[in-house]
Amino acid sequence: MAVTGAVMVLFLVGHMLGNLKIFISRDSFNDYATALRTLLEPLAPYRTLLTIVEVVLAVSVVLHIWAAISLSRRAHAARPVKYAAKKSQAGGYATHIMRYGGVTIVLFLVWHLLDLTFGVVNPKGPVSTPADRMIAGFDPSRWWMTLIYLVAVVMVGLHLRHGIWSAFQTLGWANRNRYKALRTGAALVSAVLVIGFLAPPLAITFGVVK
Amino acid sequence: MNLTLKVWRQSGPSDSGRMVKYRVEEVSPDMSFLEMLDVLNERLILEGDDPIAFDHDCREGICGMCGMVINGVAHGEQVATTTCQLHMRHFEDGATITIEPWRAAPFPVVKDLVVDRSAFDRIIQAGGFVSVPAGSAPDAHSLPVRKEDADSAFDAATCIGCGACVAACPNGSASLFTAAKITHLSLLPQGQPERLSRAKAMVDQMDAEGFGGCTNTGECTAVCPKGIPLDTIAQMNSDYLKANAK
Ligand code: HEM
Ligand code: SF4
Ligand code: FES
Repeated sequence: MAVTGAVMVLFLVGHMLGNLKIFISRDSFNDYATALRTLLEPLAPYRTLLTIVEVVLAVSVVLHIWAAISLSRRAHAARPVKYAAKKSQAGGYATHIMRYGGVTIVLFLVWHLLDLTFGVVNPKGPVSTPADRMIAGFDPSRWWMTLIYLVAVVMVGLHLRHGIWSAFQTLGWANRNRYKALRTGAALVSAVLVIGFLAPPLAITFGVVK
Repeated sequence: MNLTLKVWRQSGPSDSGRMVKYRVEEVSPDMSFLEMLDVLNERLILEGDDPIAFDHDCREGICGMCGMVINGVAHGEQVATTTCQLHMRHFEDGATITIEPWRAAPFPVVKDLVVDRSAFDRIIQAGGFVSVPAGSAPDAHSLPVRKEDADSAFDAATCIGCGACVAACPNGSASLFTAAKITHLSLLPQGQPERLSRAKAMVDQMDAEGFGGCTNTGECTAVCPKGIPLDTIAQMNSDYLKANAK
């Protein structure tokens, strides 16, 4: 969970920074998308590095979900009889946000790939530039799409708020003197990601970026 | 005080069990929770009923026998308190109190509120010891221990093995208990030779017993009557990962 999660967090940071290029110009964003595909050329064929990243990400996503499912199955097996009354003493945040939020994020990820990567559910269709897809996707008339992204990205933020410090704990790098810093750091990174990811869609929907 | 209790009654391991309602009258606020149950049990015996079975021994918060889930919280809502040290003054007159046993597959119910916690003993047997010649106690300063290590080891050593951490954990994980025992020994010089093999053996035994996996929810430390800190689990994870890397 911790290792695959860390891979995805690193990806998200890069992805967010890349998305912000839309604020420079459509061309800048498209050039960046091309650069992702032509990096390492001519040393390696077109799309080598991107494909490697995609494979690593796909493996991480699958392993992360597999770990989540097996944890949840073990949890059910370990408590066959439920409590008649159960009162959480630690907020229950981790239990609910991580499981249900995680499922929401997966559903969003599928939609998102169909939308902006493959373009099949995007108004511009598959044969278009990434910037065109992005700007058409979040067109003011499609405010509900922006709303879906907003909910999904906030879910990702809440997921990471627990996930990031939890990864340090799982890897054995946490201790009582570090908890405060780790929790603050996790919340900070999550907040930055949420803001950074939401800025482009909101700017497009509100007509700041055209 | 007058109270209504909803208590889990189960005549034996194979009975499916049910919640049963009881009225308890004239409870003194100075009674402990267990004394309140004693009062009810005396009445049940006089009436020819089967008294409610619950575990207890020291009644002073040090043996770890008296676990039960009170109103959905292991050992009740009073922080850092075992059931035997919980007093009735923390409840309102006329209140309804739900009482259930620890719920975990590795802690099967023996009768009513009594569960079998032998799984903890087997985790200890797997590695919760130091194999050193045990003569008389050594001189206090013959083996230097850093103050911080001594303090952390002592904090971990206060675990009384009550099982509240398992009962409270949404995953039914025994990580806090196992981590307390591992940390206690792995911070002290006497525990070093077997440090990694101990962590591996105890964690593997914990998993084999059928406890769930830790997702760092923090429910355990919130109910632990001894306030065992969550960083013992980080310490356990660190030792376990190192043991597996070897
Ligand atoms: C509102 C925020 C987001 C926007 C505007 C956005 C935009 C994009 C765009 C334009 C692409 C296609 C890039 C290309 O074809 O070169 C893409 C790909 C992708 N996005 Fe997002 N994204 C957002 C949030 C997220 C989140 C939260 C996740 C993770 C859960 C995510 C995961 C992915 C993945 C896995 C890919 C495919 C990467 C690849 O092709 O290698 N995105 N995104
Ligand atoms: S860690 Fe705390 S709650 Fe768990 S067994 Fe030890 S004393 Fe009880
Ligand atoms: S009876 Fe010993 S700790 Fe409660």
